Amino acid sequence: MTQYIIRRLLYSLPLLMGVNILTFVLFFVVNSPDDMARMQLGQKHVTGQSIANWKQQHGYDVPLLWNADAQGEKKITDTIFYQKSVGLFLFRFGVSDSGRNIGADIKERAWPSLAVALPTLLVGLLVNICFALMMVLFRNSYLEHAGIVLCVILMSISSLFYIIGGQFFIGKVLRLVPISGYDDGMAAIKFLILPVLIGVFSGIGSGVRWYRTLFLEEVEKDYVRTARAKGLTETQTLFQHVLPNAMIPILTGVVVVLPLLFMGSLIMESFFSIPGLGSYTIDAINSQDFAIVRAMVFLGSVLYVIGLLLTDISYTLVDPRVRLS
Amino acid sequence: MKTCKARVLVLMLSVIFWAASFSCVAWESEQLNNPYPEDEDNQAILYESFSERPKHLDPAVSYSNSEYTFIAQIYEPPFQYHYLKRPYQVVPLTATRMPEVSYLNPKGEKLGNGANDSDIAFTDYMIEIQSGIRYQPHPALAKNTQGDYKYHQLDKAQIEAATSLNDFKTTGSRELTAEDYIYQIKRLAHPKIQSPIAEIMKNYIVGFDDYAKQVKDKAKTAIRGLPIEGATALNRYQYRIRIKGKYPQFIYWLAMPFFSPMPWEADVFYDQKGLVDKNITLDWFPIGTGPYLMAENNPNRRMILLKNPLFHLESYPTEGEPEDKQKGLLVDAGKQLPFINKVVFMLEKETIPYWTKFLQGYYDASGIASDSFDQAIQFTGSGGVALTPSMLEKGIQLQTSVTTSSFYMGFNMLDATVGGATEQARKLRQAIAIAVDYEEYISIFTNGRGVAAQGVLPPGIYGVDDKSGINPYVYDNQDGKAQRKKIDVARQLMAEAGYAGGIDPKTKEALILYFDTTSTSIDDRPRMNWYRKQFEKLGIKLVIRATDYNRFQEKMRTGNAQIFVWGWNADYPDPENFFFLLYGANSKVQHGGENASNYHNPEFDRLFEQMRNMDNSEQRYRIIQQMQEIVRHDAPWVFGFHPKNFSLFHGWYKNLKPNLMANNQLKYTRIDTADRAEKRRQWNKPVFWPLALGGAVFVLMLIPAINAYRRRVRKTNL
Repeated sequence: MTQYIIRRLLYSLPLLMGVNILTFVLFFVVNSPDDMARMQLGQKHVTGQSIANWKQQHGYDVPLLWNADAQGEKKITDTIFYQKSVGLFLFRFGVSDSGRNIGADIKERAWPSLAVALPTLLVGLLVNICFALMMVLFRNSYLEHAGIVLCVILMSISSLFYIIGGQFFIGKVLRLVPISGYDDGMAAIKFLILPVLIGVFSGIGSGVRWYRTLFLEEVEKDYVRTARAKGLTETQTLFQHVLPNAMIPILTGVVVVLPLLFMGSLIMESFFSIPGLGSYTIDAINSQDFAIVRAMVFLGSVLYVIGLLLTDISYTLVDPRVRLS
Repeated sequence: MKTCKARVLVLMLSVIFWAASFSCVAWESEQLNNPYPEDEDNQAILYESFSERPKHLDPAVSYSNSEYTFIAQIYEPPFQYHYLKRPYQVVPLTATRMPEVSYLNPKGEKLGNGANDSDIAFTDYMIEIQSGIRYQPHPALAKNTQGDYKYHQLDKAQIEAATSLNDFKTTGSRELTAEDYIYQIKRLAHPKIQSPIAEIMKNYIVGFDDYAKQVKDKAKTAIRGLPIEGATALNRYQYRIRIKGKYPQFIYWLAMPFFSPMPWEADVFYDQKGLVDKNITLDWFPIGTGPYLMAENNPNRRMILLKNPLFHLESYPTEGEPEDKQKGLLVDAGKQLPFINKVVFMLEKETIPYWTKFLQGYYDASGIASDSFDQAIQFTGSGGVALTPSMLEKGIQLQTSVTTSSFYMGFNMLDATVGGATEQARKLRQAIAIAVDYEEYISIFTNGRGVAAQGVLPPGIYGVDDKSGINPYVYDNQDGKAQRKKIDVARQLMAEAGYAGGIDPKTKEALILYFDTTSTSIDDRPRMNWYRKQFEKLGIKLVIRATDYNRFQEKMRTGNAQIFVWGWNADYPDPENFFFLLYGANSKVQHGGENASNYHNPEFDRLFEQMRNMDNSEQRYRIIQQMQEIVRHDAPWVFGFHPKNFSLFHGWYKNLKPNLMANNQLKYTRIDTADRAEKRRQWNKPVFWPLALGGAVFVLMLIPAINAYRRRVRKTNL
């Protein structure tokens, strides 16, 4: 298994390089270093000289990918791509175009993102599994049909509606929690209740239907029939036999998103003023801060690769038949 | 047995439900939605919000309102705008008096007061600052027992241990000196600082450009020992700035944060290797002499300003406009500033939570977003504006003011169709100026928050003729009021321009004009359709060319745009700061300047050169009127509108007066904290009954579910 993990990690290097090149090319097709300088320098009194100064100070005064005027290996190393990309593989994200250290910003912002995303995932998982099991328990009854209709309705509503509706009803009408904001430590709890609640509620429709499908697939299998034939109650059958077997796809589905929880949720963070990584990325795109965009795309790719690797490993843990080689 | 279990379960749920209900009653007296710590309730703390994180807090670099909101409270240039007096008046801040201005000939000899402008080669500004002003406590100024700076030579371990400026526990202070102002001027010149006004100051401060070249490759800290020709400290409290020629507007620059003092120790401290990796920079942690100091800088969440314990003596103004006393603006006259101990700025990106928090009393002031406009404002029968009854009931105050900004529709004067000085093109532009009904635009798209422009200058700027300042090419003067000319007049102009009925004689079809814009979103579609309709009045087909910001800028730089909309926010309240937008030597295509229309009229340019260096006088006023007449006649712009600010403040917010030039108003603000605490309690009592009802319904719904489950189990057992 160790060999497998090493091999997978090595495979990811060209993948990450590809992502990096793609981000670079896409970004610079739309923006030139001059555009970036203008964006950073503001709209008033921007002259050619000030643009040249900015580019020189930020290392954007060399060619993008190939320096024809340089000698030897400097043809490659004296380029924006090389100078801005190599550090990424060592997790040195450098300094943003507005002068902030990106690594320090990411460290600081990852925790609030996680503070919202992790409870939302765990509570959501619990709620969705409970409701899905209940629907399976009452399958082919009016309760199941009503549940499915309700799920479809919940799925059809935009997440924005849940956010605005939740803020209006719980924050404004009932005045039970602050409508937005964030704080450090335990003081953060009162600010997290509403986004977590909304996050869980908005995911119920799709989550319950997905888990219900998984459970229904299991309840039709022979071992379940055997369990029933042995005289176990429906509840015992579901919790002791169906649930553990259905955990394989559930677990792998959860593990793959675990690393990405750090990346945050764009809309949620924006509406609830949570200082996470979701809003960090979109702010960088809006201000054409290439250094941050590149760092965040790279980080997202790394976390996704890790997520997939963890999924493979988790297969071996939950299903003894699977061997990684 | 099973029935009994089910009953127990229902009973337990009921107990939980009722226990929760009783807890709710107990909580009813509390403010569960309070986003701030409870102990802050009765403190003199001002709560504001910000939606855009400031990019820079270095006064040499900051140049936007979002940045000035913070640094104008921390840094102190030698002069400031009087808070109450109008028209805007520059008064001393750290200076003891207004500067002594002397004019010099090319040899550097002093000229008399009546010297001709043409004889003036240089102007000296001699400024004297107050003694005894001290910097805020800051680690950069901390000294050890030997008298050496404690943190100027940090070792690796100290840098590694630091995560924020607050990790440097010892702080120090020292007296403000004239040398600190000179040091800041040198910083403005240093290419590594990248000051946005460096290119402008090259044209004014003597030796500024040479100094920039001299220090180009040197460290930021090296400038301390290198003198700059045009700025000299005469003694501990006096310094002199020498500028080229005569430039009376320079006094306004001296009231901007760019010319705030900077202790050299700040650069030495922050330039230490490793601190930038911790985001400990001068751009993030300011050091000033102002009423406030930056206690927390976390623009991802909140920024906190605390009262500077070493702030010098400054009092609330004792005089203002005649009606200020009646409005209660002189109640605090002569009292020591500032009144607020702490200012908390919370990040709020979305308008809905921002507005709700304001209504709940958790923000002391608010702007009005378009989606909450109708909730806050109603129009009176006479066309005025007033607060709605629900706002009045809460004791909210409305403050309106026309900004010193202009939004206009520009024509590219280099364009073959709409540009140029020909009679045909001019009449076409004038016809469009009549057709594009900006009164309608203001009404539809800005909720009436604007004033249609009659010329280049917004109200409140010297040279605006309030009584007869009507653009005669677009409006008729009806009993002193501007009435937009009938569309038939515009059609007649079109015919005279050779486009009768909007038909282009070359193609025999409708004249096609191109409108370049960055408005690409679906929300902008109604606005674009409105523009199309305005041109359709003349039979012109308007093609919208929407591109991203970068491409738009490129088109403007290369002269490939035809018609566009643009805006300008005044740097200082002087007509020169608006007319220069039409000065030929500032043409965007030829000179990369701010004249986006690339307008060039030799007579206008001559008058501008004459006017820009004059002190306000009868003659200057006459020249300004002549210039207004030229641009109204040539119509390089369709004069759009001057936006009107609408701001709401709670009743507990005191000493409110709009001041569009000053950014340091926070020191004048006072809060009635008892009133605020009481109102917050009244407005934020939690409501629990819907939760209780929901809980009861849930419990009731469980009963048939449990029954259904029992039936199923019984059936399985059978």
